[in-house]
Amino acid sequence: MNAQARHAANLNGDDPKVPLSVHDLTVAYHRKPVIWDVGFDAAPGQLIGVVGPNGAGKSTLLRAILGLTPKASGRVRVFGKPYRENRGRVGYVPQRESVDWDFPIDALDVVTMGLYRQIGWLRRVRAEHRERAMAALERVGMADLAKRQISQLSGGQQQRTFLARALVQDADLYFMDEPFAAVDAATEAAIVELLRDMRAQGKTALVVHHDLQTVPDYFDSVLLLNMRVVAHGPVEEVFTPENLQKTYGGRLTLLDEATEAMRRRERAL
Amino acid sequence: MNAPLPLAWSWALDGWIVAAGVLCAVASALLGNFLVLRRMSLLGDAISHAVLPGLAAAFFLTGQRSSLPMFVGAVAVGLATAFLTEWVHRYGEVDEGASLGVVFTSLFAIGLVMIVQAADHVDLDPGCVLYGAIELTPLDTWEVLGRPIPRVVVVLAAVVLVNLLYVTLFFKELKITAFDPGLATTSGFRAGWMHYSLMTLVAVTAVASFESVGNILVVAMFVTPPATARLLTDRLSTMVWLGAAIAAAAAALGHLSAVAVPAWFGLRSTTTAGMMAVSVGLFFTLALFFAPHQGVVPKAWRRLRLSLRILGEDVLGVLFRADEQTVAASSISLPAGQLRARLHCGRLPLRLVLWELYRRGLVYRDLEGVRLTAKGAGQARELVRSHRLWEHYLVERAGLAADRIHLQAERFEHVTDRAMRDQLDQETSLTETDPHGQAIPAEPDDA
Repeated sequence: MNAQARHAANLNGDDPKVPLSVHDLTVAYHRKPVIWDVGFDAAPGQLIGVVGPNGAGKSTLLRAILGLTPKASGRVRVFGKPYRENRGRVGYVPQRESVDWDFPIDALDVVTMGLYRQIGWLRRVRAEHRERAMAALERVGMADLAKRQISQLSGGQQQRTFLARALVQDADLYFMDEPFAAVDAATEAAIVELLRDMRAQGKTALVVHHDLQTVPDYFDSVLLLNMRVVAHGPVEEVFTPENLQKTYGGRLTLLDEATEAMRRRERAL
Repeated sequence: MNAPLPLAWSWALDGWIVAAGVLCAVASALLGNFLVLRRMSLLGDAISHAVLPGLAAAFFLTGQRSSLPMFVGAVAVGLATAFLTEWVHRYGEVDEGASLGVVFTSLFAIGLVMIVQAADHVDLDPGCVLYGAIELTPLDTWEVLGRPIPRVVVVLAAVVLVNLLYVTLFFKELKITAFDPGLATTSGFRAGWMHYSLMTLVAVTAVASFESVGNILVVAMFVTPPATARLLTDRLSTMVWLGAAIAAAAAALGHLSAVAVPAWFGLRSTTTAGMMAVSVGLFFTLALFFAPHQGVVPKAWRRLRLSLRILGEDVLGVLFRADEQTVAASSISLPAGQLRARLHCGRLPLRLVLWELYRRGLVYRDLEGVRLTAKGAGQARELVRSHRLWEHYLVERAGLAADRIHLQAERFEHVTDRAMRDQLDQETSLTETDPHGQAIPAEPDDA
């Protein structure tokens, strides 16, 4: 069954075995659509690359699925339920630049934050939590830097800290926003290894990715995005020159025109 | 205490004024940490200004100062400021700073107009709004446990208690929502909820401080103590209590300098709230210059020491290379002038560096100039070995051209220790000479 057919079979998205089912998702900023009618099902135990040009709405897609950006329309199911009910099974690694690295905390603090959901409102962080955070830092090769203030870490080390935080979340479905952006080769290799470990444990990860060269090597399937889904499916079927041309080369002229017309009418009013 | 206090000082009066100042400062500083860290310091400023129309409106309605309605009205307007700012920013597509400026100045102006209108028939004056009337603290008292306690002190103590509870109970939640709102929300901590609870307390604190200590102090205390503490520490928990301590110290110092210091010069005492704000500004300035890690002066000092250390090592290197070129087995002297010419350095730095090398027994002076001791020769050998091993490594392993490696090696040699040298030795093919054909000296203990 190809990706589209599978998606059609799971239209309600209620299959609890499907980690993520997105249907008809549209997000608009100030009435200008950023993503348009996006629908796909993520297969379990896969590493899925989300690929597309700048401004294609990749981060917005992730944020809308997680409820961080309001949806104009559409439905999201996580393991067959609305995201809110299955929040505990989802981990999120935001873009590195999305946080203030001058914040007065150390790497261990950042990782421990991944456990806050399990700790819950008003309860304190205990030694046991810090030990788990420390173990995660060890797994990404950062144990020595646990007590270092986060602005003193290199870009790659900061990204590893974020990954360690994702690890302690112990989720079944991960969303990662450009974890490979501006990291050194060693960190890139460490991230790939971790992703493969996760997959071996049956976890699913949606990873926003920029480097087209490494897509076939890193990912099982790929979601080509440019405002709408250009193609989605196994890398060997979907990651073709024609689809890439459609994603990066061909402008969505009709959609652009409609947006432009809408803007003109608003101005005329 | 005896000597510096002027006759006017009385613990019964001034003690309460200091207490009110300290409580106000601590209450504001506790919340201010999270305003500063969320880069919204100005929102504290805005809210504390914008509460004015709320105060005035409640005053018009009830005809009384300091009643509960006045408090509620002011807090409501303070919260409205936070909402309105967010709303103008999001729906008006106006930059956040600009929307803040528009909202709070408008509200403040409305408040001022209302107060000026009211000033004819009531005792609420614009001056009071700015610097409050902290000096009048002891006059208006409440009976607490059978003792008369100034009303302001009771109210501010309650606010400190509430803020302290809020910051300790919700420390984890405040931390995660301030650092990474996205993670906070996906972890089930409502970032919006934390934002507006913080704003509510900011408004409450601003209103409670307003009447007694005025606007200047509360604005200064929201921002300056946390900003000062941030310069002194890299830990959030330390920053919170240190900020509170700095705020308290500044408040106490402020009153003392408002009352006592002018008296030394035969002047009248000045406004306490103003001097409290000045004191905390002074603390900030001190921290900016002298904070151990981030201070301007310690940073410059560390840079200076580092460049002198490097110069010292370069002197050893130059002497060692000069020794290599002589036929004689023993070391030779170089006059200071020659050293300066080879190192392109000034007279004073060289003198400082030579004095230090002399003190450590690495060089000595004779009639012709400066000469390496046996100990100095050992250190110099390590340096030159590092330099030439690096040059070798850069050509062989990093593929750089031989004419481009010197500067790189020059930088690396100062941070290379024995272990790194041994590794360099292992990772390059064994040769006795560097890419320029000069011999790579052996380690001193092998030599």
